[in-house]
Amino acid sequence: MMAATDVATPRRDGASLLKPILGHGGGLVIAGIFVAPIVWAVLSTFKPSVEARQPPLPPWPTTGFSTQNYATLDSFGAGVWHSAQNSIYVTLSTVVLSVVISLLAGYGFSRFRFPFKDLCFVLILSTIMIPFQSILTPIFLILTLLGLQNSLTGLVFVYVTLQLPFSIFMMRNAFDAVPKEIEEAARIDGARSFALLTRIMLPLVWPGAVTVALFAFLNSWNEFLAALVLMTDQAKFTLPILMTAVQSGRFGAVDWGAVQAGVTVMMIPCLILFLLLQRFYIRGLTAGAVK
Amino acid sequence: MTLATQPSSMQKADAAVAAKAAPRRGIDRRQWIGMLYIAPAMILVVVFFLGPLVMTAWMSLHNWPLLGQHSFIGLANYVAIGKDVRFWNALMFTGYYTVIVTIAIFLVAFPLALFVERPRPLIGLYRTAFFMPVAVGFASASLLWAWLLNVDSGLFSPAAYQLGLTEKKINLLATFNPAFWSVIVMVVWKASGFTMIILMTGLQSIPTELLEAAKIDGANAWHRFRSITLPLMRRTIALALILSVAGSILAFDQFYIILRGGPRNQTLTAVYWIFNQSFVSFKLGYGAALSMVLLVILVVLSLIQLRLLRNPEGT
Repeated sequence: MMAATDVATPRRDGASLLKPILGHGGGLVIAGIFVAPIVWAVLSTFKPSVEARQPPLPPWPTTGFSTQNYATLDSFGAGVWHSAQNSIYVTLSTVVLSVVISLLAGYGFSRFRFPFKDLCFVLILSTIMIPFQSILTPIFLILTLLGLQNSLTGLVFVYVTLQLPFSIFMMRNAFDAVPKEIEEAARIDGARSFALLTRIMLPLVWPGAVTVALFAFLNSWNEFLAALVLMTDQAKFTLPILMTAVQSGRFGAVDWGAVQAGVTVMMIPCLILFLLLQRFYIRGLTAGAVK
Repeated sequence: MTLATQPSSMQKADAAVAAKAAPRRGIDRRQWIGMLYIAPAMILVVVFFLGPLVMTAWMSLHNWPLLGQHSFIGLANYVAIGKDVRFWNALMFTGYYTVIVTIAIFLVAFPLALFVERPRPLIGLYRTAFFMPVAVGFASASLLWAWLLNVDSGLFSPAAYQLGLTEKKINLLATFNPAFWSVIVMVVWKASGFTMIILMTGLQSIPTELLEAAKIDGANAWHRFRSITLPLMRRTIALALILSVAGSILAFDQFYIILRGGPRNQTLTAVYWIFNQSFVSFKLGYGAALSMVLLVILVVLSLIQLRLLRNPEGT
C-alpha cells in the first residue's frame, strides 16, 4: 500500500500536465481521421474536372476554383437537380407522414383502451425484427397492383412503413410521459380528444416528434436498396440511385469529380440537420437503450 | 356476447378514467376512438408489411417469373436452395463479414466511448467528430470510399505510391483480402460513432462512487474496467451487439457500390444474392424462397439475442 502510493505520487504530478496534452493530442488526431474523408471529398469537388481525375493530393484545388463538377452532374440521366427534386419530394413526404401517423398512433396507444390494443402494438414493434429486404419482391408486386409501380408516392408509403416501429415507440413513450391530469382538466372543460391532441398534447410531445422527423429524414434521404429495386425509370431516380449509376459508368467513363459533387449534395443536408439537431438524434438512439 | 363482455371492459374503462362520473356508454365509445387513431398505422403495416410477408411465403412455393404465368411447384424452390452452393457461399461470407466487422467496430467504439464518456474540455467537438460519419448515409459513404479506394483517381494507393511505400500503385479492390478489409475500414469509420454513443450511455449509468471506491481499494484501471464496468454494462453491450449484428447481416449497399460483389463474386452477401436472383434474373419465386430462409435465420438470431438482452445473468 505504502509503496504503491509512493510510486504513484510523483507520477501523478507529472501526469497532471502530461495526461491532458496526450489525451487531447490523440483525441484531435482521431477526430481528424473521422472527419477527413468528408472534408477531402467536399474540397476536391471544387477542382476543375481535369484536375479531379488526378489523385486528390492535396485535396484542395491547385489549378483554380471551379464549380464545373456540379455543372457536369446535370448531364447524367434526367439530371441531378431532377433527382434531387425526387429525393426532396420523397424525403419531405416521408417526414410529414411519419410524424402525423406516429403522433396519432402514439396518442391512441398511450391514452385509449380498446380490444387488441396490445396485440397491435406488439405487431407494429415486431416488424423491426423482420428486415424489409426479405419482403421486397411482394412489395414490388403490391405497388404494381395499386398502380404505384415506379411511383415516388409508392416509395413514400414503403419508407413510412419502415419508420413506423421506431416512430410509434418513440411517440407512445412521449405521450406516456405527459401526466394524465393535464388532459383531464381540459376534458372536463369539454374538449374533444382530437382537440386535446392538437392543442394540449402537441406542445408537450414536440421533442419526440422532432426526433421522429429527423430519423425519417435521414433514413429516407439515404435509403438505397428499395429505391434501387422499385424505381426503374430514370426520371424517378433518387439521388443515391443516380449517383450509383454515374459511378458504375452507366453514363460513360466514370467522372470522379462529378461523383464526389453528387456525394456532397447528398451529405450536406444530413450533416447540417445532424449538427443542428444533435441532441434529438442522440435522444432517439438512446430511446431503446434507456427504458 | 355484449352482455358478457360489458362488465369487464367497463371495469377497465372505469379504472382508466379513475371513476369519473361520466355516462357509461360515453366512456366506452371514447375509448374505442383510439382505434381510429391507430388505424392509419395499422393499414400501412398490413398493406406494406403483413401482406408482403404472407405473400413471400406463398410465392416461395411457386415458379414465379416477372412476366407470364406463375405455377405452383411445392417445395421445389427449397430443394433447389439446398443445392445452391453460391447462396450458401454468400451466407458464409455474410457470417464472416458480420463477425469481423462487429469485432472491429467494438474495438474502435469502446475506447472512443471511454474517451468521450466524462465531461472534459472540447468534449462536444470530439463526440460530434466521431459521430459525423453516422449521419452520412451508407450509399454516400460507399460512393465516397469507392473514390478514395480507386487505383487511379483515389487517395490511398496513389498516396502510398508517392510516399514510396509501394513500388507501383496497388489496386486495392482487385483481390479479396485488400478489398474486404477496405470495406471493413469504411464500415468501421461509418458505424463506430453509433456504437460509441450507445456504449457511452451505458458507461454514464455506472455510479461513479463504485469506481472511486475500487480506486481507493487499490484496483488498477484494468481491474476496475473488468470487474465493475464490463459486468454493469452487459445490457448495453448486448444492445449494441444486436444492432451491429442485425445491420451487418443485411449488408448490401457497401458491397454493391464499392465492389459490385467482386472480385470474382467473392463478396456477394446474402441480401445481394437475393437481389440478384429476384431483380436481375427475375426469378421472383426462388428469390422469395431465399428470403424465407434468410428471414428464419434472422428471427432465430433475434430471439436468441432478445434472451441475451432480457437475462443479463445468462441463465
